[in-house]
Amino acid sequence: MPAVVSAQVSVQQEPFDVSAELKAIAGGRHDIGAVASFVGLVRDLADAKLSSMTLEHYPGMTEKALIEIVEQAKQRWELLGVRVIHRYGRLAPGDAIVLVLVAGSHRGEAFAACEFIMDFLKTRAPFWKKEETPAGGRWVDARDADDAATARWKA
Amino acid sequence: MTIKLLYFASLREALGVSGEEIALPQDVDDVAKLRAHLAARGESWQVLEHSKKLRAAVNQSMVGNETRVKDGDEIAFFPPVTGG
Repeated sequence: MPAVVSAQVSVQQEPFDVSAELKAIAGGRHDIGAVASFVGLVRDLADAKLSSMTLEHYPGMTEKALIEIVEQAKQRWELLGVRVIHRYGRLAPGDAIVLVLVAGSHRGEAFAACEFIMDFLKTRAPFWKKEETPAGGRWVDARDADDAATARWKA
Repeated sequence: MTIKLLYFASLREALGVSGEEIALPQDVDDVAKLRAHLAARGESWQVLEHSKKLRAAVNQSMVGNETRVKDGDEIAFFPPVTGG
């Protein structure tokens, strides 16, 4: 019997509620044995001078890119549910930016697919971060380590 | 042919424009030629041709410079992404 997979992707300004999303993905189901979750937060700068972080995105392409990443994960592992929420707009240090929930029968595929989705999101989803400090604004540079993290899944 | 262009993040700020519709000569028929065509506008536009980092998307999918450009396409240029 094919697995029932509910995959949902949201790009929004509003905060998200992790426990509500967990309930939505796994509530009332008894076939799910594991839900892996990742929550990304706005980290302050080393000198604690971050006033805010603004996330810009490419409406239309962003949703499309996230759906493609989730589809790739579903082809690679047998998953029972996926939920991705990515925020945009102005956020403060400590605010949650991104949520990835992956449900599976066992923890192995849930952990792996959650990491896979985050690695691809970091290099494929069209979001850009701008840090605001009292000295002015600065666009965050992409990290080579993120490209390397995506590339290792091709092996 | 007519295409829609979009620019994001630091590139949008450097160019001072977020989007535009332009008519293209027939011989500008791939992303590499489009980059060169736009670079001819002036100094602040040359980054489109000379930066190896700037990404391109045609109709909302990231593509390489050899990708064909067709009438009605939505083409975006942007720096490497930094979400998550």
